[in-house]
Amino acid sequence: MLKLLTAAPLLLLSVSVLAEPFPSTYAPLPSSPTLITGATILTGDGGRIDDGDLLISNGIVQWVGSGDVPANAQTIDAKGRWVTPGIIDVHSHLGVYASPDVHAHSDGNEATAPVTAEVWAEHSVWPQDPGFPRALAGGITTLQILPGSANLFGGRGVTLKNVPATTYQEMKFPDAPHGLKMACGENPKRVYGNRSKAPSTRMGNVAAYRAAWIKAQKYIDDWEAYEASDETDKKAPERNLELDTLAGALKGEIIVHMHCYRADEMMTILDMADEFGYKLGTFHHGVEAYKIADELAANGVCGALWADWWGFKMEAYDGIQENVALVDRPEGSCSIVHSDSDEGIQRLNQEAAKAMARGNAVGMDIAPERAIRWITSNPAKSLGIDAKTGTLATGKMADVVIWNQNPFSVYAKAEQVFIDGAMIFDRNNPELQPVTDFELGQLLEVAQ
Amino acid sequence: MKRLLSSIVLTALSLNAAAQDLLITNATLHTGENGEVIESADILIKDGEIEKISPRISANEGITVIDAAGRHVTPAFFAGATVTGLSEVAAVREAVDSEYEDLFTDIMHPEFDIRPAYNPHTSFIPITRVEGFGYSLLTATRGDRSISGQGGLVRFDGGYDSFEGKPVIFVEVSGHAAGKTGGSRAVHWMLLKQAFGELQKGVELDLLSPIGRDQLRNATKNGVFVFNANRAADIMQVIKFAKTHNIEAVIHGGREAWLVADALAQANVPVMLNALDNLPADFDSLAARLDNAALLNKAGVRIMFTSGETHNARKVRQVAGSAVANGLPLEAAIAALTSVPADVFGARPRAAKRGAIADLVIWSGDPVEVTTLAQLVIMGGKIDSMESRQTKLRDRYLAIDPALPRAYLKP
Repeated sequence: MLKLLTAAPLLLLSVSVLAEPFPSTYAPLPSSPTLITGATILTGDGGRIDDGDLLISNGIVQWVGSGDVPANAQTIDAKGRWVTPGIIDVHSHLGVYASPDVHAHSDGNEATAPVTAEVWAEHSVWPQDPGFPRALAGGITTLQILPGSANLFGGRGVTLKNVPATTYQEMKFPDAPHGLKMACGENPKRVYGNRSKAPSTRMGNVAAYRAAWIKAQKYIDDWEAYEASDETDKKAPERNLELDTLAGALKGEIIVHMHCYRADEMMTILDMADEFGYKLGTFHHGVEAYKIADELAANGVCGALWADWWGFKMEAYDGIQENVALVDRPEGSCSIVHSDSDEGIQRLNQEAAKAMARGNAVGMDIAPERAIRWITSNPAKSLGIDAKTGTLATGKMADVVIWNQNPFSVYAKAEQVFIDGAMIFDRNNPELQPVTDFELGQLLEVAQ
Repeated sequence: MKRLLSSIVLTALSLNAAAQDLLITNATLHTGENGEVIESADILIKDGEIEKISPRISANEGITVIDAAGRHVTPAFFAGATVTGLSEVAAVREAVDSEYEDLFTDIMHPEFDIRPAYNPHTSFIPITRVEGFGYSLLTATRGDRSISGQGGLVRFDGGYDSFEGKPVIFVEVSGHAAGKTGGSRAVHWMLLKQAFGELQKGVELDLLSPIGRDQLRNATKNGVFVFNANRAADIMQVIKFAKTHNIEAVIHGGREAWLVADALAQANVPVMLNALDNLPADFDSLAARLDNAALLNKAGVRIMFTSGETHNARKVRQVAGSAVANGLPLEAAIAALTSVPADVFGARPRAAKRGAIADLVIWSGDPVEVTTLAQLVIMGGKIDSMESRQTKLRDRYLAIDPALPRAYLKP
């Protein structure tokens, strides 16, 4: 059935609506109604409830508030502890650059041509990457796995629920839009320029993006002409995986995630998106995003940023620690703290804490309930899943973290993590601490 | 008498102002030694050194007084193993001097000393110093020969020759670095044994030049050997090799060091580690875990922190905080960040006491907490301007709607 569907060209232009190849087989783990009481709750949308209660059942948030406690649920006394939505990382390479970091695990860059929009990161994801359970212990409930940035069009990203699984389909966030990874600047021009191939310059990068968009537009036109045609012997255009993805991006079905460091390049990209009539979703890394914070907010574009990385390459030379806070400053902004790191993803709360402290040090007065948006509701918006997760509003997926204290601290630890209402990590209960196949049985002699 | 509050901006006092007499009052002083914390400490600084620490010191006429208002004060932190001043931009080859490639010889180069390439005017130094860091281990990073070269401690005071302590030889024994030595880590040991054998009188030189031999021989007597090793079995080999050749060894990396903590303690081999390493990043690191530092400290091993980064070496503070969050006592972390590296590499003592170099930091809170900032940095009695290229970029873009392009804003 699946084969028939994916091969049917008629479905091409509505891939995300009608047929999802490699469909999600995610099913929430077993859960029972749970009432978390007496916590400091950061709701993820800017709200804070002191001495708050949260009721989750049937996988969703049923009730959040203070005072009137509903009954009939298993109760967790969270007095003195903090509760936040599950943490979301929009930029991870877990599974595609898995630990151990051996060459055989280098599956994130199809660096054989500058345009590889046809590859899908999910086909590289190794669910046994020990990075997944490590990230879970840091409160990560949802993450986007992206291809690397060697290519101008690196391929499709996939949004996963961070549940232990044997296949990535079992992790695939149901109905999440696909992402398209693109890259600006030094990486593509270095990778291909070193081979004396195009692109070898930034202008070469832009020319190649535009050429690809022109092809994708023609592909859309050909299919629309075909579908509109009344001829009985009409012949369908040939299906093309690369152009499927590019057409999906132009039509707004696939969200564009653009690796871009420099302010001037980001503005070039926004102009290019206008030229071809597509919407840019999120600039990733954006080390100079603070220089164009107003423009990003005015265009409704998110900035997925690090707290403090700089200097590792020329386009990262102007990094400052106030980047996240400055991008957050304008009305309508969408500032995100991302990891791009198997270490950083384990402590996005600390990365956000650093960024918050830097903003506050220059008088921005950023409270924890505002800063938590950088790692919850804003990344959910970036991934197109904000109607489902990212805040603790009634009806949202019960993706929840109970922290031992204020999460904006080096001492904060995720004590319990819930995904769709199921407690899938408990720091105090070894039975609820998943171990990957790779790590099972290692160092037995040591353990004895 | 000038009285200054540490919370105010001290732009009037230039970084390069001459060392002045200073009195820090009412500090919560973590001395960095023996777990000592002195509450309500007054610290008198004269001629760049700590002259006196006492509950109450009266200020002389003309002295600058800094009221710490009970805040935490520590010696300036150690930034770990870096290529400070040797790499302005990591991926820009023209801006990197910490390693060599395609040198015209095949021999080992313990005499490849990176210190003559050090540039004290790198933007990195003020960027890192304003975060409370005062010194670092300058590292030769060539990773595909058994001996990478030579470096040593450097102090972040902007001097052309601010090196301290013993010569430090960097040695690779990990599997990762085996590429140019035939693909097996066993080759490292084969070559190292041969190179050390050439230190004997009368042995013909094959792997070393005459200068290399002299410098390696000197290091065996007066230097420190930093071995890059993560696997427990490799660390045991280092301990054995150090004993055989009677050299001072330090483990850099040490992800599995906790497995052999007792052997390290017994051999008095310190470990410089990144306490955030908890992934089986390779087959040398299957036992990596977050409480590595705590376990080593408990076993009596001297520890130091590194982040694996130069540009973001300020992250070492978060590294230390994570170690504390995972069981390391706070004062052990402060010692690892202050006095231990100076002691291990033979520099002037960093622990805050009479006669010590006055490299001190006043913190806004717990010194290893991620939301804490260095509020004031003092290097050798000089008050830092607390400015860097990054604070200037920040201030340029902090302004809202300037009338002219921001290029005219020169904070």
